[in-house]
Formats: sequence, C-alpha cells, structure tokens
Amino acid sequence: MSDTPARFPLRLARAPRKPLLFAAMAALIGLVGIGQSWSLALTIMNLCLISAIMTLGVNIQWGYAGLFNAGVMGFAALGGLAGVLVSMPPVGAAWRAGGAGVVLALAMGLVTIAAAMLVYRRLRRPASRKLAVALVVAAGYFAARALFEPAVRAIEGVDPSRTGYLGGFGLPVVLSWFAGGALAAGAAWAAGKISLGLRADYLAIATLGISEIIVAFLKYEEWLARGVKNVTGLPRPVPYEVDLQAAARFREWAESLGASPVELSSIVVKLCYAGLFALVLLVLMWLSEAALRSPWGRMMRAIRDNETAAEAMGKDVTARHLQVFVLGSAVVGIAGAMLATLDGQFTPTTYHPLRFTFLIWVMVIVGGSGNNWGAVLGGFMVWYAWVEAEPLGLWLMDLLTFPLGADHPLRVHLMDSAAHMRLVVMGVVLLLVLRFAPQGLIPEERR
Amino acid sequence: MSFLTGADLVGGYGGPDILRGCAIAAERGEITVVVGPNGAGKSTAMRALFGMLTLRSGSVRLGGEDITALAPQARARKGMGFVPQTDNVFRSMTVQENLEMGAFVRDDDISGTLDEVYGLFPALKDKRRQPAGELSGGQRQQVAIGRALMNRPRVLMLDEPSAGVSPIVTRELFERILDIAQSGVAVLIVEQNARQALELADKGYVLVQGRNRFTGTGEMLLANPEVRQSFLGG
Amino acid sequence: MEDIVNAVVLLTNFLVVPATAYGCQLALGALGVTLVYGVLRFSNFAHGETMAFGAMVTILFTWLLQYQGVTLGPLPTALLALPAGMAVTAGLCLLTDRWVFRFYRRSRAQPVMLLVVSVGVMFVLNGIIRFVIGPADRVFTDGARFLFTVRDFKAWTGLSEGLAIKTTQTLSVVVAIILVAALFWFLEKTRTGKSMRAFSDNEDLALLSGINPERVVAVTWLIVGCLAAVAGTLYGLDKSFKPFTFLSLLLPIFAAAIVGGLGNPLGAIVGGFVVAFSEVLLTYPYRKFLAYLGPEGWRPDGLVQFLSTDYKFAVSFFILVVVLLVKPTGIFSGRSS
Repeated sequence: MSDTPARFPLRLARAPRKPLLFAAMAALIGLVGIGQSWSLALTIMNLCLISAIMTLGVNIQWGYAGLFNAGVMGFAALGGLAGVLVSMPPVGAAWRAGGAGVVLALAMGLVTIAAAMLVYRRLRRPASRKLAVALVVAAGYFAARALFEPAVRAIEGVDPSRTGYLGGFGLPVVLSWFAGGALAAGAAWAAGKISLGLRADYLAIATLGISEIIVAFLKYEEWLARGVKNVTGLPRPVPYEVDLQAAARFREWAESLGASPVELSSIVVKLCYAGLFALVLLVLMWLSEAALRSPWGRMMRAIRDNETAAEAMGKDVTARHLQVFVLGSAVVGIAGAMLATLDGQFTPTTYHPLRFTFLIWVMVIVGGSGNNWGAVLGGFMVWYAWVEAEPLGLWLMDLLTFPLGADHPLRVHLMDSAAHMRLVVMGVVLLLVLRFAPQGLIPEERR
Repeated sequence: MSFLTGADLVGGYGGPDILRGCAIAAERGEITVVVGPNGAGKSTAMRALFGMLTLRSGSVRLGGEDITALAPQARARKGMGFVPQTDNVFRSMTVQENLEMGAFVRDDDISGTLDEVYGLFPALKDKRRQPAGELSGGQRQQVAIGRALMNRPRVLMLDEPSAGVSPIVTRELFERILDIAQSGVAVLIVEQNARQALELADKGYVLVQGRNRFTGTGEMLLANPEVRQSFLGG
Repeated sequence: MEDIVNAVVLLTNFLVVPATAYGCQLALGALGVTLVYGVLRFSNFAHGETMAFGAMVTILFTWLLQYQGVTLGPLPTALLALPAGMAVTAGLCLLTDRWVFRFYRRSRAQPVMLLVVSVGVMFVLNGIIRFVIGPADRVFTDGARFLFTVRDFKAWTGLSEGLAIKTTQTLSVVVAIILVAALFWFLEKTRTGKSMRAFSDNEDLALLSGINPERVVAVTWLIVGCLAAVAGTLYGLDKSFKPFTFLSLLLPIFAAAIVGGLGNPLGAIVGGFVVAFSEVLLTYPYRKFLAYLGPEGWRPDGLVQFLSTDYKFAVSFFILVVVLLVKPTGIFSGRSS
C-alpha cells in the first residue's frame, strides 16, 4: 500500500508513451521538411516506411520466436529481384536465343534431383548408395551445365548494353510485392529446413551464408536480372513527374497553391508512394497484431519463453519455428520489392550486410523486440538517425576541427571520415539499449 | 560444535523457499548421510553448504569459522570438496588431467596425493591417459571423487554417488568412501538409495519439505519403524 | 612423363600453394571463433572486425617503422609491427569484454543475446576502422615479393610449367605453425591452459575446482586478440587490406569452426584447411591440367571448372550445410548444445 503514491505518476507517464513517441517521430520528419526540404522529408519518410516493414518482418522472427536471422539482406534482395521479374517487359530476342536452353537446364536439374532420390530409395547398401547418388548428382550437374552455359551466352549476347537478359513478365509492379514475399519465403523455407532445430547460432550463420550467396547469385547471373549491370527504369505504380508537369490541370493547381510545378510534382509522386507504402504497413501491422493476439501467437511466445516446457507439452517447436521464420522472411521480401519499386531500379551491388541486415537489427532492438509498434517506431527512428547522422556528423566535425585551420591534414582526414562515425553511433546505440533498456522504446506487452 | 555445520538454512533458487530451516552437521572421520523423499531439499541443502545458492537466513560454519558469505571457489580453498551428481568429470580431458584440475588451487607438489588417489582407485591408474568421457559410469564416479580428493579436502560432499551405477559398483564405491572417512575426512552424502547409505552412516538426517524430520545414527534410523515405513519402503 | 610432372607443378602452383596459405589464415581465424565459443559460449560476429582491427593497427605501426626507415630486409616490415598489433588487439578484446560482454556473462544471458551484442561490437569496430584508416584498399607488404619466382623454378628444373612461392605465403604458413604449436603447448601443458580447457568442458565443475572464471575469460580474450591480429595481418599481407572483406570472411571462418566442431581447437585448424582447399579445388579451372594429362595436342573445351570463382563463398556454405545435415557436432565433435 505504501508504494502506491510513488507508482502512480510512473503509470501516468507510461500510458501515453506510444502516441507520444510516434508524435515525436512525426515532428522530427517535419523538422527536416522545414529545415531542409519537404521533398527530402518525404524521401526519408518513404524509406522509413520500408524500413518499418522490414523491421516488422525481423521482429516476427526475433520478437515472437527468438530466432536470429542474419540474412535479412538476402531476403530483401530477392524482393528486389521480384521487382525486375514481375514488372520488366520480356526480352523476346533473348527468350528466342536461349530461353529454351535455360528452361531445359532447369528441367535437367529437377530430373537430377528426382533421379538421385530414386537411386537413394532403390539401393540398400549405404556405401554403394552414397556413391551412386554422388555419381547421379555429378552427372546431372554437368549435363545441366552443358545445356545452361551456351544458352546463357546466347541470352547475354542479345543487345548486352541494353538488355542481355530474359526480362520479366511485364506485369504491374505492385504484383512484385507479393512475388517478392513468395520468393523470400521459399528461400527461408530452405534455409530453415537445414538449420532450425539445431543451435540458435547455426541459424544465424546459415542465414548469413544464404544471404551472401543470394547476393552473389544476383550479381553474377546476368541472364536473370543483368547482374552488376543493373536493371533501371522499373515501371512505376504512381504517375511520373514529367506527365504531371505536362498536364494543364496540374499546372493550374500548382499555380493556385503558389508552388513551382516541378517541386510540387516531386512531392505529389512521393506522397503517392507514401500512401501505398503506408497502406501495406497498415495491412501487415493489422495482420501481425491479430497473429500476436491469436492462440498461435500465444503459443509462439510460450515456445520462445520456455522451449523445453513447450516441447514437453507436445508442441513441435522446430515446425513452429520454421513457420515463423518463413513468415518473417516473406515480410522482408515484400519490403525488398517495395524498395526496388521506390528506387525504380535493381542494383545488386548496393546490398551490403551492414546496411541491410545488421541495421535492421538495430531497428528491432531499439524499437522493442516483441512489440510490433516498437518495431515500426524503431524502423522509423533508426533510419532517420542513419540518414541524418551524416550531415549532422559532418557539421559537428567541421565545428570541432575548425580551430585546426582549413587545410590541416588531420582536419581533412577527419572531415573525410566523418561519415563512418554513424556506424560507431549505431553500434553504441545498440549496445546501450541492450544494456540499459533491453525492452526497447516500446516494450513488449504482457498479455 | 561439529566440524561443518549448517544451521537454520532458509533459501531456494529465487522462487519459493526450498530449505525451510533445516540444520545439518558433519564430523571429521565420520560419514553423514542425508536422505528424504524427492523434492525434500537434500541436494539443495548440500549446495547451500557449498555456497552455490544464496541463503535468506541461516549460517554455515567450517571448523568454527563462519563461511556463510564465501563463494564456492573460496570454500574449495578452505578445504571443501564437492562431487556433483551429474556432469562431474571433464569429459574431454584425461583422467590424470581431471585429477590435476582437482588440485588447481594447490601450489605445492601434488604427486603424493596423485599416488594416494591411484592407490584408492587402482583402475584409474591404467586409464590415466584416457579421456574421462570414455570411461564407464562407475569409473567416471571414481574420477569425480578422485578429483575432489586431490585438494586434500577436510570435508567431502557427495551428491547421490550411486546414481546411474550398478548395485555391485555402488557397494565397492561405498567401501572406498568408508576408507576416505577413516582417513579423517568429514564425509557428507546425499542419497536416494537410502537403505544402503544409512547402513554406512555414522549419522543420518531425514529431510522432509526442507526441514529436519528425523536425526540419529544410521542404525537408529534404520530401526525406526516410522522411517522404515515412510522412506525406506517398509 | 614430363607432362605429368608439369601437371603436378601446375596444380601445386595454382592450387596447393595458395590454398595452404589461405588455409593457415582461415585456421587462425577459426581458432579465435572456436576459443570464444568454447569458453564464453557464443558465436562472436565481431571476430571478422577484430581481425581487421588487428591488421589495421599492424599497418599503422608498419607505416611508422617505414617512415623511420626501419625495414626487415627481404621480409615485410609488417612482421616487426605485428607484436604491437597483437598487443593492441588483445587490449581491445579485454576492453570490450570489460565494457560489454562481462555484464551479460554475469547475468547468465542466453547465448543468442550475446550474439546480438556482438553485432553491436561489430558495428562499432567497423566504424572505428573506417574512421581511422578509411574504406580503401591498402597494400602494405614490402621486402622481397617471392621466395622464388616462376623463372627461378623453370631455370632449376627445365620444366615448361613454373612454380612460384610468395614471401607472404611462406610467412602465413611459418607464422601459423609457430602460433598453433605455441597455443597447443599452452593448452596441453600449462596449468592455465588446462584450466581453460576445463572451463570450456564443464563450467560448473571448473568453478567447484576453484578455477577463477574471470582469469580464464581474460586469458581467452588475450589469446583471441593475438590470433585475430595475426590472422588479419597475414590475410592482408597475402591479399590486400580492405576493411569490408573481413565481414565476408566471417562465413568461411564460421564454416571452418563448425566443420571442425565448435569449441574444438584442433577441429578449427582442420576445418580451416577443409574449407580453403574445397574453395580452391572447386573454383580452379582444370583445363590446362587436363590438357597435360590427355593425348598430345588435345584440350578440353571450356574451363573445366566446377564452380565460378564468383561463388567461392558458396563453397563454405555448402560444406556448412553438409556438416549441419550429416553431423551437426562437426568432425571432431564440438558442442552441439
């Protein structure tokens, strides 16, 4: 009883925490709009929205089930690939040159797998079985490659400076968001099958490996999505600025607002993206919250909190983990496809683990693992900090080294390196949150 | 005042108290056995004596000195040896290395003690280059006891030494434990296998729900009809 | 007959020699990961950056020595700077333990929590490295480039195929052998080394035996720091120092440690060579080799390469997958739980 007065203000302070933090976030973005430009503020916000979705995906894995996915980058990149495969027009000449060969090679691969399984079932003696399977796989591999390589050469030879790949299906780009989710889910299923049910660390290392391979594959398989030559000009789900500027009604509208048509068109386009992304975020958020509240979500948390007990109660922990791992990766894949849509291009070389895997982890931890709202807020805040840390760091460094004089070598070096300080800042923030506020900004609700 | 005494022990592992005021004492050169039903707090009491859980109240004294606040490592240095029930050897290390680790806190020459332990358990001498994880259950138990003896303890505490070992090997093991006690060590044993242990005991405690229920010589407890009825299966 | 000798020389030059040097570097890296895992029980994602940090410090000291006109003759000056790099990196490891890891160890946090924490350390180290030395490529080897060159070899043997061994490759092997021998002597023969093994084997029993955990942990970090600095420097000398490559080295290093059995030092070394040789064996084009062995004037079409070099990281991954599927505890049975 005696501690009631002390507790009361604390509870009061805790109640409006969520809206307060989101309001602060909105204010921060507004600050960029006022201080720098509204176009930049919207750019940041769009990437914040995508980051929030990725964070939501990782939070499903970490917050609901305690799985460490170190391959976020790979699943996001698969989403980007989906953007190309769905939206770009098919390259007819490339299909005629090598499409059949590639399809045959893939079929050959499937035949090999089927043959290997058949041999495995038929033979009984372990030694001869292993040898036979190895031989079948090796033979199949070389046969498939013999079909594959000339086809790839033919495809990559078709107008290499502009195409040199098979192209996509020429469908609306928004469909790629679903396809991205599906591609990432497939890869996650394979990764999870191998490494779930073993130590937690193994999943981390296996996913790290898978993501490296996915990105390597996307970089070097030019027949698929042009590799390091990049695919640019992905069709948009929203109007183009030039079309807006050309429309008479738009120009009139701009005039009535007293804004330049160029600037207004850019803002309108970004707002359209923001609307689409916010819609996706809301839907995913609603689904995640519903899942968390459902008996399924309760079971997941029970498993996370005490795996042994859950197993003793007859829960198939590995199967549940696989489920949640696939779901979370699918969400990351969706975000990856959205990112490619926003960029309007697919550039495999930009996928770097620090930016696409570990930064997302900072978002999850800072926001509050296990709480979807926290994950979204973490996505917003950390992305904002990541972007704004650069000008801020530069300005700070400029101020600090000013007394050294303009061309002092130390000043030049420090000014050049200031941008790298944001890595240090992110690391320190992660460590401080883990240590002093392991629940994150918005802690998990105990239901 | 006994050599090792734990008085009014109250505590547990953070949850509800497992020990509710029990008292245990062991004398040098004697074997003291603690028995009781499952969940009575036997092993917990032993862990409390060794400082492996935080007591809410009560005290532990060794040779008249209050050691309640000491960490397990410090108690090891004071001459207390503990043989856990499971995972009580370094599996990947050889028998000899296991014994050397038992003498880790000693700075003097350990070859004499090593010979004594090999004298007590001759089978170990032949296997001294073999990893302890490859030994049979009984021999592993010997390594575990040998490891604790290497520190020349004044108190040796054994948590269910007969667990997972065949009755014949248990008998053999108990005989060695008798030898150890006769050399002047205070031996404290927690046992599920109550009858066999009490036959050996100079003093016995029956714990129930974290409290002392019966105390007496081993013979007395074995003769007590109530103890026989409730704890020795008739 | 001469064709066969030529074929063997060819393979030695392009396959055995580089794979051996690479294997030594990976083995040293994997040893660090496996020691941390054995004693502190978590997978240290910051290990790649620790290696990079060690290499960076060595480079800075090398520059300082070169600036003062100190060189080692035919050997790279970096060798002189290496002890300083090892000392600073060991200090860094002790500091991170003190400031970061110790808290979680004492509160007995889940291993996966420590893994997330190590990601934070990775970020900080990565930032510091880029801040201090920049993200660019640094070549810091000097002295004689080769132990002997292709031309020397051809002159001695009269063969048409040449064999060259780089100073840095020799150095990788020699330094790795010395370091590994010293490490094993320490672990097998000294009291502190044995107490480390005991702690890694059974923490509770080690505590009961009076082994001081803080001391074991400190010694472990000291060794890990030294190993990481050497591994990073040797890799940097042999290839070149590029900060971001060390993050991608994590995969082969972890693969090596897991293949050998996490927590098992001998396994880490074997694992390092398994990974290095598989990587090179599978990405080496055998065209010329087969041409020597086949009939006169015949050449295979294509490169006869199992996998494009672009996918060399896939090799470590496939080895990892096979091990996880067949024997998750690794060849030498490390811990699996």
